[in-house]
Amino acid sequence: MSDLRDAVAAGVVASEERFAALLRSIVEVARAIFGAKASSILLHDPATDELVFAAVAGEGSSSLVGTRIPSETGIAGWVLQSHTPLVLEDVRSDPRFAHDVAETTGYVPNGLMAVPLVYEERTLGVLQVLDRPHRSQFSLQEIELLGLFGSQAAVALDLLISARKARAVLDDEPSDVAVVARLAATIEQLDGEDREAGLRLLADLERLLSR
Amino acid sequence: MIDSGVELGHPTVGEVARAVAVKLDDDGNVTVVDDAEGDLCGHGTACAGIVRALAPEAELHSVRVLGEGFTGTGAVLVAGLKWAIEQGYDVINMSLSTTKRQFSEVLRELTDTAYFNRTIVVASAHNMPVESYPWRFSSVISVGSHEEPDPLVFYANPEPPVEFFARGVDVEVAWLGRGTIRATGNSFATPAVAGICALVLSKHPELTPFQVKNVLYLIASNVGGAA
Repeated sequence: MSDLRDAVAAGVVASEERFAALLRSIVEVARAIFGAKASSILLHDPATDELVFAAVAGEGSSSLVGTRIPSETGIAGWVLQSHTPLVLEDVRSDPRFAHDVAETTGYVPNGLMAVPLVYEERTLGVLQVLDRPHRSQFSLQEIELLGLFGSQAAVALDLLISARKARAVLDDEPSDVAVVARLAATIEQLDGEDREAGLRLLADLERLLSR
Repeated sequence: MIDSGVELGHPTVGEVARAVAVKLDDDGNVTVVDDAEGDLCGHGTACAGIVRALAPEAELHSVRVLGEGFTGTGAVLVAGLKWAIEQGYDVINMSLSTTKRQFSEVLRELTDTAYFNRTIVVASAHNMPVESYPWRFSSVISVGSHEEPDPLVFYANPEPPVEFFARGVDVEVAWLGRGTIRATGNSFATPAVAGICALVLSKHPELTPFQVKNVLYLIASNVGGAA
């Protein structure tokens, strides 16, 4: 049943691209609010157990999206696994961190804030904010603000994951329900008389099938 | 220290009596093996350094629960805690939690077992609107952060479930490469309370977790411990 719903959603509801745009907007706002050099959202891919850059604002934004890093090492890996927000300054002094990050991103921050993206009981990824301006002391309010962004990003990430699942159903040719998705998508693109005729045909089909 | 491992030979951390890692095989079975990999992220080293600074004579053990991929995190965390309780440690520091409800009951049973076996579990509270475990259980000591610089200042919270607030903002902590960085998070407040628990137990080893929690309350900076 959920496959059917996903299939119809794939045809008529917002596309993956629109949710990706929402994620981009979240990292751009996070970067602006904290006055940071960069911000990114990493999505956990359960199929490969990796973290994938899903949205990036600021430094490295042009090339980072789609880059994969292991989910089990490093600071993002820790935040994902511990479900705990973390703020670190002077991270360049950690040679392993500097090397690993430089290799994947070409940009080594001095400080970073990272928060797990938890939706319901699922941890979907990590939100990072890199190189906020140096202040004498970090405040607990900033952590709370980061957590609020994290909650918003988690909802957006969940929508993106749902859209991808729906797209997978749509693209899966042998699937029994793919035809429903294609039909929904086709009707959605029609207008005027064609659309009305299509909807009438579907209504007739529904009556026929429910006998 | 149930964490990401501890960097061996770090000058701030000093001697680590034993380091083990929880491993997960393809069938989902967990084993605990001696660990020579050190710390996979720096976080465990940071927490160990905080305990060492407050309780210099404490014997530190590392139980690494990071490194087996994200998918098996909950099972590895449970296995790590179970193993640590079986060893009969006096204090267990857990600067981490799981959001998976399926593990909440087994974690509750484990922390109850620890409580009755005189093992104190000190766990990081979540400062996001998220349900996670085991910090919410009354058998553990849960810790959030305050912003003051004194590592011995901690507050009892009159509005649980977070029970105590300790120094967790802009803390200079040990990190990989034998260096230090500045860090913020409940992760770093938790070992401060674990270190204070170790200090209390070193003087009064007969105290139960219930009694230690009472002592913490009575010496909290906003109760009887104000200077």
